[in-house]
Amino acid sequence: MKTQLPIAIAFLSGFIMVIAFFIPEQHLEDFSQNLLTFVTIVGGFTLLLGIVSIMRANIQVVVKRGKEWGFKLLLILMLLTMSISSFIWGTREGTVYHWMFQNMQAPMMSTMFSLLAFFIASAAYRAFRARTKEATILLVTSVIVMLGRIPLGQFLWDKLPIYTDWIMAYPNLAVQRGIIIGAALGAASMSLRIILGIERTYMGKG
Amino acid sequence: MFRTLRLKYLATLLTLLCVFAATAQAAESEQDTLAITIAPPADLQVNDTPDDGGGSLTLTWKLSPDDTEKLGDIDGYEIFRASRRDTSLKLISMVGDNTTSFTDAGLERGQEYSYALRAKRGDSNSLLIYSDFAQPKINWFRSYRLNMLVLLLVFSASVLLYIRSAKGGKSLFIRKLAGLEAVEEAVGRATEMGKPVLFIPGISDLDEIQTLAGLSILGRVARITAQYETPLVVPVLYPMALAAAGEVVKGAYLDSGKSDSFKPDMVRYVAGEQFAYVAAVNGIMLREKPAANIYMGAFYAESLLLAETGFAAGAIQIAGTAMPEQLPFFIAACDYTLMGEELYAASACLSKEPLMLGSLKGQDLVKIALVGCILLGVIFELLQFGDGFFARLFLER
Repeated sequence: MKTQLPIAIAFLSGFIMVIAFFIPEQHLEDFSQNLLTFVTIVGGFTLLLGIVSIMRANIQVVVKRGKEWGFKLLLILMLLTMSISSFIWGTREGTVYHWMFQNMQAPMMSTMFSLLAFFIASAAYRAFRARTKEATILLVTSVIVMLGRIPLGQFLWDKLPIYTDWIMAYPNLAVQRGIIIGAALGAASMSLRIILGIERTYMGKG
Repeated sequence: MFRTLRLKYLATLLTLLCVFAATAQAAESEQDTLAITIAPPADLQVNDTPDDGGGSLTLTWKLSPDDTEKLGDIDGYEIFRASRRDTSLKLISMVGDNTTSFTDAGLERGQEYSYALRAKRGDSNSLLIYSDFAQPKINWFRSYRLNMLVLLLVFSASVLLYIRSAKGGKSLFIRKLAGLEAVEEAVGRATEMGKPVLFIPGISDLDEIQTLAGLSILGRVARITAQYETPLVVPVLYPMALAAAGEVVKGAYLDSGKSDSFKPDMVRYVAGEQFAYVAAVNGIMLREKPAANIYMGAFYAESLLLAETGFAAGAIQIAGTAMPEQLPFFIAACDYTLMGEELYAASACLSKEPLMLGSLKGQDLVKIALVGCILLGVIFELLQFGDGFFARLFLER
């Protein structure tokens, strides 16, 4: 029962979604829409699980004075401050939550994203070393594309942007489409396995 | 004398009435002249909207001769509706100029509706034109999706055929994926070094099929870590993924007879925001120094941030995603990368179960058919054969 019921729910939900895609019946469309809303509601409830998980893991370290317990304590305090302040004063402009989000969380997230520039540089350095024939082709192509995308490239040779556009529009796009078609078929096959109950590993079975 | 006076009054009254009537008629006529300075649209047709659930009608008409490309010649068209039940015309919408169709949605199925239309510019209107009555009808199939239904049926038949064939004991050849072969090697390395294995099931929720594919692979990886008794760390971004990943890992440890080795903290909810999650996972990589990092699922801008940190920490790295934009980053920073469909095939390949492998063979058959269609399409387009008929067969709407 513990295995069969989730498989039956997965089968029915998947089957109804497929039927609703082809048949424009209002009740079916409403039902499939309600299923999506249901997912959102379940997601909201599972947030409690997330909070329990994060609190349990960090409180244990703080209580035992484990490695870097100070950071864990800070995390717990910030989680509580933002949650409680949003419950009391809301999240609109001028509230504690909004101030903390704008002046603490958003800049920290931007900082993490900005680090990408340095990581791209280090990864590009390794990827573009012309050690093999394929790596050399990659290096030459990437130099053409990078130069063709900046004014300096056009200044050096006015036809460079044309070759850049050609590389992006034909070889690059062809490969991307190949990957996308393969991935779409793979996703369809996986969905079919899930709907038919063949693939059960994602439920912790099989 | 009194009678003559009464007749005079009567004559005067009649004259006044005539003058008033004439003045009113003249005013009305003047107003009409003003109102019909715009030519009306023509040929208003109302039909059931095709391929819908039966709650709408589609109106089409020919533009007013005054509705030209010139800006401001008319403001648009006012649309009125009446029904058999309520015959008074009510304004329901106004559409812009150079528009020749309108879909009226939210109608009652089975009720008959009629429409009127007029062009409008400022305070002036054209004469109204009227349509016949029409009834919204339910359509049982979206005919424009016939091509997708055919593809779905062919695909399903192919997959089911191979699954049946595999059930019958037929041996199926599936090419080896280097990335998957390396999973056991990576876990073995972590075991020898006494360090954990880090598994990241992407940063999408459970409604993303790549996350489900990642969780299926997690199940296989967890079985190996359970056998070797290697620590496993699974940080997740979404609480729903936390619950699912927890069940997957727990199930794998139970199946391997190592339920004592399972710890709930193996699967951790670390953050609910993309870059906060990156900070948390990078922290795990640098503090706990996992010997193997496995990335399987949907990734976005964080892919390189994670993979480069893992590379710097000296871990063996295996990635798999169907996001074409992130593949180059993983290829540059990881030791092995599963590309696109390989991610979805990974769980089946790792399980080695005939039923799962059969679905892969069925998928391959359809892929061959699609390659054939692409080649045919290229030939037809080059020869300009059929006026694009073949390409239109594959249009998605």
